[in-house]
Amino acid sequence: MASIAELEHLRWRLRRDCVDIIMAGGGGHIGGDMSVIDALMVLYKNHLNITPATVDDPNRDRFVLSKGHAMEAYYAVLCEEGYLDLDDVKARFSKFGSPYIGHPNNKLPGIEMNSGSLGHGLPVAVGMALAAKMDGRDYRSYVFMGDGELAEGSVWEGAMSGGNYALDNLCALVDRNRLQISGTTEEVMKQDSQEERWAAFGWNVLSIPGNDLAALDSAFTLAAQTKGKPTVIIANTTKGYGSSLMENKASWHHHLPNDDEYQRIVADFTAREGALNA
Amino acid sequence: MPNKIANRKAICDVLLEHAATDKDIVVLCSDSRGSASLAPFFEQFPEQSVEVGIAEQDLVSIAAGLASCGKKAFAASPASFVSTRSYEQAKVDCAYSNTNVTLIGISGGVSYGALGMSHHSAQDIAAMAAIPNMRVYLPSDRFQTAKLIEALLEDEKPAYVRVGRNPVEDVYDENNCPFEMDKATVLCKGSDVAIVACGEMVKPAYDAAALLEQQGVSTTVLDMYCVKPLDTLAVVNAAKGARVVLTVEEHSPFGGLGSMVAQVVGENCPRPVKCLSLPDAPVITGTSPEVFAHYGLDARGIAASAREFLEKAGE
Repeated sequence: MASIAELEHLRWRLRRDCVDIIMAGGGGHIGGDMSVIDALMVLYKNHLNITPATVDDPNRDRFVLSKGHAMEAYYAVLCEEGYLDLDDVKARFSKFGSPYIGHPNNKLPGIEMNSGSLGHGLPVAVGMALAAKMDGRDYRSYVFMGDGELAEGSVWEGAMSGGNYALDNLCALVDRNRLQISGTTEEVMKQDSQEERWAAFGWNVLSIPGNDLAALDSAFTLAAQTKGKPTVIIANTTKGYGSSLMENKASWHHHLPNDDEYQRIVADFTAREGALNA
Repeated sequence: MPNKIANRKAICDVLLEHAATDKDIVVLCSDSRGSASLAPFFEQFPEQSVEVGIAEQDLVSIAAGLASCGKKAFAASPASFVSTRSYEQAKVDCAYSNTNVTLIGISGGVSYGALGMSHHSAQDIAAMAAIPNMRVYLPSDRFQTAKLIEALLEDEKPAYVRVGRNPVEDVYDENNCPFEMDKATVLCKGSDVAIVACGEMVKPAYDAAALLEQQGVSTTVLDMYCVKPLDTLAVVNAAKGARVVLTVEEHSPFGGLGSMVAQVVGENCPRPVKCLSLPDAPVITGTSPEVFAHYGLDARGIAASAREFLEKAGE
């Protein structure tokens, strides 16, 4: 378990690692990485019952990154947790023959399922949660989705079945950063009233400020305590969170910083971490 | 007496037999337990059954999630839907993630006869075979279907199995059903024509060989239930020993058994290859036997095509 005070510092180093991976590989989904990396960090540090030594333990918690394009953020967290080596990831990310590709690759330790095509992760996690119920195991299944991803019909098939089977061992998180590659989610395809939508499918809904570490920590705890229905955390995040250069700009969905931009982004991270000590 | 047991029921019987002792067997249906003949499984093993409603994408992804946690998932839905409506789930969640999911396409091919092209699966072989790490099986009768499902219970890789809706005539019998996983069964050997068939086309191909024999045409028939991985050695051996090769399948002319056999023959032992199949068009309305006869996929039609092709090759 990590304290919120510790995580408030760690979030900035993980962001630097993430951006360094993107720079080394020559590309990545930096905007969504920055919005979801806090939730990934809090989940892995304080809630997910798995370690590099227990990746094959049948009782381990399961995690599926359904918004698989946030892989660089996931690499940073997997390296921090000891599943992967950061220097190796940076050296080989996106390079010829590398296992470190731009979406989850379950040949790597700690990654359960391949993803990349949106809308698959929730029903997969429903299957994982059903397996736990069938076997009488108490592990939990988690899945992270993007809000643009919610336009995929298969998400709602998964929502339907998760609610139908009252899977209280299932927790979904929506990275609600309100931006996708073409613009705002509301311009592209309305995603309003998420709370009502999920509640109508029989889910417990927690709507929180999604880059607030204490709120994330509490939400995962509340989800685990909720019985009789699955929980969805609507994490109201900021795309590009951490640098004013990127924040709330759809153009940073998949933008590779140039050298000057990189320096400004890292300086922003440093300044925000420095403000913690002020 | 004609067989009254459909291949789909043979699948259920095998799963029922093993489910009592193997609690990892899980059957999933998309409001399709009746048409899949799996209702008895749902009744006897409700704790090992999952109903997802009419939601084929959900069906396949949930099956993959279950399989990733150690389950042997059998997901059954009409072949027309499970092979294409949930195609991407088959590709990503089953094949790419390498989960132990057997997709069972029921009422395959033109089984649904008069229900139209929406319900026909004449693309499933091509679609599924194009996915890396996805195997494709079309068993020919109930005995072979049972042996195939027994074999699939023993491995942990994804597969697609297509069976028809109606009982089909037996090719084998209870005491004589030679089966080796991923190896074609040689039904008869001859030196003029080599016929490679799969699924419901095996029986008419075998009957065609008998007709051809009466007419002095010596015929090999391969039951290529394992369309992928194709038994290439069997194809090469059969082709080498014959003057021409004929393929027969209940499928579109493109990307199915015929395409694969032609590739193998062309590369290894060039012979004239003729591919008998459904047309590249919505098929005519009718029962399976009516449709097969119309397109020359019955014993008489296959035999006639073989003779005609032999004559053409001899010119």
